[in-house]
Amino acid sequence: MRILVCVKRVPAPGARINIAPDGQAVDTAFLGFTMSPHEECAVEEAVQLVEKHGGAATVLTLGPAEADEQLRYAASLGVANAVLLPITGRDWDPQRTATAIAAAITYREAADGPFDLILFGNESADSGGFQVGVRVAHALGRPIVNGIKGIDVQGDMLVARREADVGVEVYEVPMPAVLGVKEGINLPRYPTLKGRLASKKVAVANVAPEAEPGGQQMITLLPAAEQVSATVILGTGPDAAAAVVDMLEEIGVLK
Amino acid sequence: MILVVVEHDRGTMSPASWEALAAARKLGETHALTIGAAADGLVDQIGAFGATTVHQVHDDLLGDYGPEAWGEVVAQSVTVLNPTMVLATGTDRGNEVMAHAAARLDLPMVANVVEFGDGDLVRVRWGGSLLERCTVEAPTHLVTIAHHAFAAEESPVQAAATPLTVQLDPVLGRTVVRDRVERAAGVTLATAPVVVSGGRGVGSAEGFAPLQELATALAGVVGCSRAVTNLGWRNHTDQVGQTGTRIAPDIYIACGISGAIQHWVGAMASKKILAINTDPEANMVTKADYAVIGDLHHVVPAITAEIRRRRG
Ligand SMILES: Cc1cc2nc3c(=O)[nH]c(=O)nc-3n(C[C@H](O)[C@H](O)[C@H](O)COP(=O)(O)OP(=O)(O)OC[C@H]3O[C@@H](n4cnc5c(N)ncnc54)[C@H](O)[C@@H]3O)c2cc1C
Ligand SMILES: Nc1ncnc2c1ncn2[C@@H]1O[C@H](COP(=O)(O)O)[C@@H](O)[C@H]1O
Repeated sequence: MRILVCVKRVPAPGARINIAPDGQAVDTAFLGFTMSPHEECAVEEAVQLVEKHGGAATVLTLGPAEADEQLRYAASLGVANAVLLPITGRDWDPQRTATAIAAAITYREAADGPFDLILFGNESADSGGFQVGVRVAHALGRPIVNGIKGIDVQGDMLVARREADVGVEVYEVPMPAVLGVKEGINLPRYPTLKGRLASKKVAVANVAPEAEPGGQQMITLLPAAEQVSATVILGTGPDAAAAVVDMLEEIGVLK
Repeated sequence: MILVVVEHDRGTMSPASWEALAAARKLGETHALTIGAAADGLVDQIGAFGATTVHQVHDDLLGDYGPEAWGEVVAQSVTVLNPTMVLATGTDRGNEVMAHAAARLDLPMVANVVEFGDGDLVRVRWGGSLLERCTVEAPTHLVTIAHHAFAAEESPVQAAATPLTVQLDPVLGRTVVRDRVERAAGVTLATAPVVVSGGRGVGSAEGFAPLQELATALAGVVGCSRAVTNLGWRNHTDQVGQTGTRIAPDIYIACGISGAIQHWVGAMASKKILAINTDPEANMVTKADYAVIGDLHHVVPAITAEIRRRRG
């Protein structure tokens, strides 16, 4: 199987997210970078499918030159090829991002043949627009289902499962296909030392992206309303149990 | 006119749709779109939230949910009805259908809006840890609203049903639900009145047994942090947070969880939060309503024992 995974480099905030003074980005002064857990699982799924069915996986990102770090992380887990669509300055909007990614896929497929499966995260960690994968699939004329937590290959069909309020929905999607993956589909492995060394040697293909801006424009980031409650310390150690149960009775949880 | 895409599962309307209808009604004249014959019986329920007209779409492809078919229906409705705005639910299905419609119409889509401003919108980023004010340039604004951001207020009118004809390419059947495995009824993490969660501080998979006992004593369920799912101690279905489940219990008991922002956004809708942690400076402790400072391995069993003692 030939599989492509699309990931986005995002900051990894801890206890809180601080906004840069210009309101245009997260203040990343003391932060590391990562990708969404959904995308980590998409990478793992690609590697597992290749281990099972043969072929090769490719990882692609549109982002700053530093996104090389996320591409090599994917490579350290077993992804063979990497593509960077470098941009500078502010994040691209979802329409623009999708147009550029779809064009890069078409370009790459013209040279190397089609991808049987393209994986996206269900939503990006930072923007959470819930749309880049759908737009890319539509541009390529391929089916896409989001929220996927299980994939089985059956001939040229993919049996994909998704969790809904009512239970598990089962989809049968013909390849070539696109799926949006949710965390929980698998348990991502950690990179081995060997994998890390090998990832340093992977040649990252640089393809300058081209696309017009879409119709949505961010004006500014805003902090979310924060609940401020003075914490009532009920005690220290097991001796606090009586005060805890008093509280549970008081709020009506324990009748 | 504002067109609301009614989310339903085989004719059962989702509460998020009530919120979407109520939010639309405040913005202007509201029509509703129901997809599939199974939703024909929803006209009165839709009218209760103030939509005057219900456009009903029927097609053999619409017997069950399918993201491509539903998205195509929304796209064609926009072309025929020419609404100023289309509103859908900010749920898995709502966001997905709107993205398909947006891709087909080549229009921007603004996901998970919490506020309609004067010429701009405020939407959720980072699963709710951060917001974004944005503008949209498009003949029709395609918007989903964040769940729980708008109250489902009723404003009853007599809604009229009218058929809307669409042309669907049979190929769209490729993403229609083929089969479903119904879940056994019972309390889920998302709906439980009490959630007892464990984080890295629990130390092992076996360490969750006392948390399970406390949850059982309180008729609740067990949850966990991502550190725990990553370590393989619990299944991801138990994970609370941005990429897990959003919960809203009467009380959330967070044991050995530091309270990273991505965990917090999944728990912040809880009515009360009790943190049990060795570190009095942990974010979970400073943000909680109540806290016990101490080793969860001693504190949790003591609470369960005290509950049993009082119940006799
Ligand atoms: C995009 C993104 C999405 C994410 N989504 C999620 C998500 O959905 N859910 C989620 O949970 N995380 C999520 N995370 C991860 C998150 O950032 C944290 O890494 C994670 O929540 C930490 O889990 P923890 O609190 O269990 O572990 P830690 O941060 O290691 O905290 C352990 C805590 O246990 C306490 N402790 C240790 N021993 C004891 C003891 N014996 N008794 C009492 N207390 C003790 C410590 O003081 C500490 O506070 C996400 C991260 C990213 C980047
Ligand atoms: N800049 C990007 N580069 C590569 N993939 C991306 C980018 N932005 C979004 N994606 C992919 O599209 C998915 C959905 O993103 P979004 O529409 O922003 O929620 C993400 O989980 C990624 O898989």
